[in-house]
Amino acid sequence: MNYTFIALVENKPGVLNRVASLFRRRNFNIESLAVGRTEKPEISRMTVVVDCPNGDMDAHKIEANLYKLVNVIDVQDVTRQPSVARDLALIKVKAGPEKRAEVNSLAAIFRARIVDVAADSVIVEATGTEEKIEGMIELLRPIGIVEMVRTGQVSMTRGVNDGVRRVSGVNGNRQFEDLEELAEMAP
Amino acid sequence: MKKAGAEILWECLVREGVEVVFGYPGGANMPIYDAMLSYPIHHVLVRHEQGAAHMADGYARTSGKVGVAMATSGPGATNLVTGIATAMMDSSPVVFITGQVAAHLIGGDAFQEVDVTGITLPITKHNYIVTRADEVAEVVREAFYIARSGRPGPVLIDICKNAQVEQCEFVYPDDVKLPGYQPRMSAPQADLNQAVKLIEKARRPIILCGHGVLMSGAEEALQHFAVKTQTPVASTLLGLGAFPASHELSLGMMGMHGEVHTNLAIQNSDLILAFGMRFDDRVTGTLKTYAPHAKKIHVEIDPSELHKNVAADVPLVGNLKTVLTDLIPMVDEYDHEEWKRQIGEWKSEADARSIMNWPDDGELHVAHMVHEIWKSTGGGAIISTDVGQHQMWTAQYYPLEKPNRWITSGGAGTMGFGLPSAIGAWFAHKDQEIWAIAGDGGFQMTQAELTTAVQEGANVKVAIMNNNFLGMVRQWQEFFFEKRYSAVNMLTPDFIKVAEAHGVPARRVTKREEIEDAIQWARNTKGPVVLEFRVVQEDAVYPMVPAGASLDQMLQRPIKS
Repeated sequence: MNYTFIALVENKPGVLNRVASLFRRRNFNIESLAVGRTEKPEISRMTVVVDCPNGDMDAHKIEANLYKLVNVIDVQDVTRQPSVARDLALIKVKAGPEKRAEVNSLAAIFRARIVDVAADSVIVEATGTEEKIEGMIELLRPIGIVEMVRTGQVSMTRGVNDGVRRVSGVNGNRQFEDLEELAEMAP
Repeated sequence: MKKAGAEILWECLVREGVEVVFGYPGGANMPIYDAMLSYPIHHVLVRHEQGAAHMADGYARTSGKVGVAMATSGPGATNLVTGIATAMMDSSPVVFITGQVAAHLIGGDAFQEVDVTGITLPITKHNYIVTRADEVAEVVREAFYIARSGRPGPVLIDICKNAQVEQCEFVYPDDVKLPGYQPRMSAPQADLNQAVKLIEKARRPIILCGHGVLMSGAEEALQHFAVKTQTPVASTLLGLGAFPASHELSLGMMGMHGEVHTNLAIQNSDLILAFGMRFDDRVTGTLKTYAPHAKKIHVEIDPSELHKNVAADVPLVGNLKTVLTDLIPMVDEYDHEEWKRQIGEWKSEADARSIMNWPDDGELHVAHMVHEIWKSTGGGAIISTDVGQHQMWTAQYYPLEKPNRWITSGGAGTMGFGLPSAIGAWFAHKDQEIWAIAGDGGFQMTQAELTTAVQEGANVKVAIMNNNFLGMVRQWQEFFFEKRYSAVNMLTPDFIKVAEAHGVPARRVTKREEIEDAIQWARNTKGPVVLEFRVVQEDAVYPMVPAGASLDQMLQRPIKS
């Protein structure tokens, strides 16, 4: 199952490398990773989607290991939190004048936009959950996808949750007692 | 006042209380070595940078202070790598300072340029590259803080040559600002209550004492807790010395080469109190059958160790000394007579198989040599080892009463560790007796440091257990590869001549009647001494839990009479 983590990290050179190296070294498989600035210039924010074959146990390991990195300020597992998740895709579709209308109407259904038109292709910009974008790709595929780029998922919890860990050393949303419950899930 | 980056480095080291650094100069750290002459810090010139890393490690492990090792860029830095990994695996606080090419040359494959922060990223607790002089003070302050706090570990600072030369205003930072680094020191009351509940129910409890006991200085608290609850104490390899070996509750070392009664006690326990240890595979045997009836209370300062190998019923994140101090008044007194009697029975069966009971066959067995050294030194020496059979025999037959006098590469299992780490320890304890016990294989890996010992007058006694084999690999080949010996039979140089060429007095021991006299001679000779013991060639370390077997499926010592 895929788990989603939000990590607040110091905006310093090499921090992305530290995070990526950690995942490689501990044998975790990253599905997607998106990094960007936040409202505070000294802090960057990562959304990491990771395949966790052993469920919560893997998620605990990922959080605890991320937290060990000195430059990581906070880690949250938002997999089961009410949150908004978005992925952005640019999809270049092979479409001459005769196919433009078809692409356009598909885009409209998915609330996507045509952002560039050339003689024999158009670029569609789509934003939404990963499932929605997957669905759109499947419908565009028969028409002919020339090129595609996706940002990877970015996530934010809903409500007033500011995304800051409450118990250092253990993740923010999962309470410490949950660590004890985790023991029962061990292989 | 304006100072060059190199001077700022030394100003900071002085303020961190550094008395000695181990290192090797080269092109990219020459400004650092030039500035060094103006500061009251002793520099030890090693013969290979790996030696510097192990010396700083040995110094750190025995002094409780942060060790410092230095090297130049490129090959100088890469030679440190084994030593950095060794310190990392055993949570040893060492700050490594490497020179780097000038910042504007980075990425251009300049002479002796290597991506050191990239190489050491997975084997350091944290690392830095410093490209400007005005970063030096803050980085050094942070590096020492990170190295010694929380779960200690190595930190590397790679300083570009321009940052060593450039001048800037020197301001020593008042404190460190690390928003993402806040080690948790104490466990919440609710979790301690959970632990107490398990302790109340336990009838067959056992304490697993790890390196964390020593690192947090929790030896007294541990003894207090163990005595109050009458809980037997088994130790990991690195936890040896944290609990007095002669104490009636002491069970000695657990794990692959642990004592039979110790492993049986773990397997039959109903409560494991894991104190500052990480359930390494050498300690648990196969996890499928590990301590199947036991609830586990795991006290660890590093949350990523919880549930990593063994799931804990009550995980307590915090500094062990703090947690134990909080826990002691909460627990009741117990006697656990039945349980102790049971372990006592197992112990007397195990003791009957002790090598010490073997009749004299005229041969030199390593265990006997170690025992002789223990007898001569009254069990009070600081002991370092290399890695392999002699290491296990030393762990078994040099019982330690006091903490921080046992220096061995546990997690990394680094051959060549013994001699340099003993030299490092000498700088922390010049008034004490220090013995490095090594095999013939490991000794050859770092034997060049003998000259360093001579140059520094380091009073280190080296005992080489020479069996002309890579003993532990040979043992595995004998047990698990149908005795098909592959690349384990080793031609060794004449160690006496080697030692004498380095200016070190040396003696060879081939007969039992020479042992005592040779050890006394070594002890009475000033400065470094080498003793070579020509030991039995094909001895095996027992007991042994074969890799992948259950902890109670031990190959026991043969009974000889």
